[in-house]
Amino acid sequence: MYIYLPIAEVSVNAVLLLGLGGIVGVLSGMFGVGGGFLITPLLFFIGIPPAVAVATSTNQIVASSISGVLAHFKRKTVDPVMGGVLLIGGVIGSAIGIVIFNTLRALGQVDLLVQLCYVVFLGAIGALMFVESLRAIRRSRGPSAVPQRRKHNWVHNLPFKMKFRVSGLYISVIPPIMVGILVGILAAVMGVGGGFIMVPAMIYILGMPTKVVIGTSLLQIIFVAGFTTMLHATTNQTVDVLLALLLLIGGVIGAQVGTRIGVKMKAEQLRILLAIMVLVVCGKIALDLLIMPSELYSLGAGGQS
Amino acid sequence: MIRLFAILMLLALPAQAEQIVLGLSQDEVAITVTFEGSEIIVFGAVSRTAPPPQDSALGVIITIAGPSEPVTVRRKAQQMGIWVNTDAVFVNSAPSFYAVATSAPITDILREVEDLRHRITIPRAIRSAGAVVADSVAFTEALIRIRTDQDLYQMRQGAVTLDQDTLFRSAISMPANLTEGNYDVRIYLTRNGTVIDTYMTTIPVNKVGLERWLYNLAHEQAFIYGLLSLAIAIGAGWLASAVFTMLRR
Repeated sequence: MYIYLPIAEVSVNAVLLLGLGGIVGVLSGMFGVGGGFLITPLLFFIGIPPAVAVATSTNQIVASSISGVLAHFKRKTVDPVMGGVLLIGGVIGSAIGIVIFNTLRALGQVDLLVQLCYVVFLGAIGALMFVESLRAIRRSRGPSAVPQRRKHNWVHNLPFKMKFRVSGLYISVIPPIMVGILVGILAAVMGVGGGFIMVPAMIYILGMPTKVVIGTSLLQIIFVAGFTTMLHATTNQTVDVLLALLLLIGGVIGAQVGTRIGVKMKAEQLRILLAIMVLVVCGKIALDLLIMPSELYSLGAGGQS
Repeated sequence: MIRLFAILMLLALPAQAEQIVLGLSQDEVAITVTFEGSEIIVFGAVSRTAPPPQDSALGVIITIAGPSEPVTVRRKAQQMGIWVNTDAVFVNSAPSFYAVATSAPITDILREVEDLRHRITIPRAIRSAGAVVADSVAFTEALIRIRTDQDLYQMRQGAVTLDQDTLFRSAISMPANLTEGNYDVRIYLTRNGTVIDTYMTTIPVNKVGLERWLYNLAHEQAFIYGLLSLAIAIGAGWLASAVFTMLRR
């Protein structure tokens, strides 16, 4: 069944979009990522104009994140205090990120920068997580599975300490705010919710338990993505509500399924799967930059180049 | 004296010997939610005040042109190992949709000079000026190639059937990825490669119903539209969670 999208002005297969939303929803519920880094390139691929794809996927991220976060709230695997602190940093970061983005756009080549950002960050984070979780799996399988004591690092020696009850942490608020700012900047520049950066940052920098990380990440993504949706809708008119609806029907159902799968899996397995997925997307974007494209020319809407 | 001369001139032109009478299968295209493209049948007849000349063949060319808009064509080149956009050519005006149907091979029924004057073939319908890149032709060719692949540009020679040099008919299919606007339908009659009569009419292509409402809301009430999108997202997220909780019980 084909549906004509009023803002994107193309006709697309509705079943394909439902399926696409569903797959991304499952991943979202499992890993606590919004799925923006997956769904945006997929929408480009099926012929949605880039501006509409970027704006609309933020709207679909809101839906699947809410669906996922509610499931996590029932399991008490969300740390609202930590989410709030991260969000404060996130809002500051987004504001800085938008300024950086506009400056770069004035200089040209912003597409290239976004792609390079994807390759560098996805590659680095994916590789780090892959190696770490592989080690963790080996350790747990080994005969001498001695539980390691959590090491104290520089994070624990900063002022303004605060108790994060759900995460079982008593740390300074400075690192979470810094993480929030960093993620906010990257999210604004790359046009994603930032979950795939947030999740490893919470695990490795803040030392939060993996189970809590996913729900908390989803909680803060809702606000970042909601804010971005409003910005796109009011400044560029590029949010296609019909496209979002098709994606999010699949997305919210997928997120519920994904959360249930995620609960049954071990933390190391979850991390290694997320790492593999991140590396695959990174590899695809890197190949696009390295291999000669079949069509060297591309069309852009009016305006001087 | 001048007025007399003008009247004499009018009389001397024995009207046009051959004129177009036109019909269309539909006088508008409505883009609905389930729009999958449209086929327009252009048909008509040649009305004559005198018997047709025997020394030359009649040619019929039908064009449908969507609203024109500026386009930037960019070309990638390899720099430091990666493919990036380097050169760009700004095309002042290119139709968003352009279909040409002819009754015979275009070179047999249309001369180059006439094509230039009436802007009939696809390359002539695109206007690009002030190109700074040396091989700007390659950019225009790329534009035509990309849009032809999307069925937005169509060159269909021999797609017009001509009966007894009088009745003509052609079906032109429009793809689903149409933009809104007034689509100009033009018919050209040619003899010896020269245009002897033209006829133009317009088919409006418009979004209707839900499509129209959403599009207008997005552009005129952007803030409310944004809130609506968020409300749908929040509602759907909550609903899915509630339904799944019920299912588990």
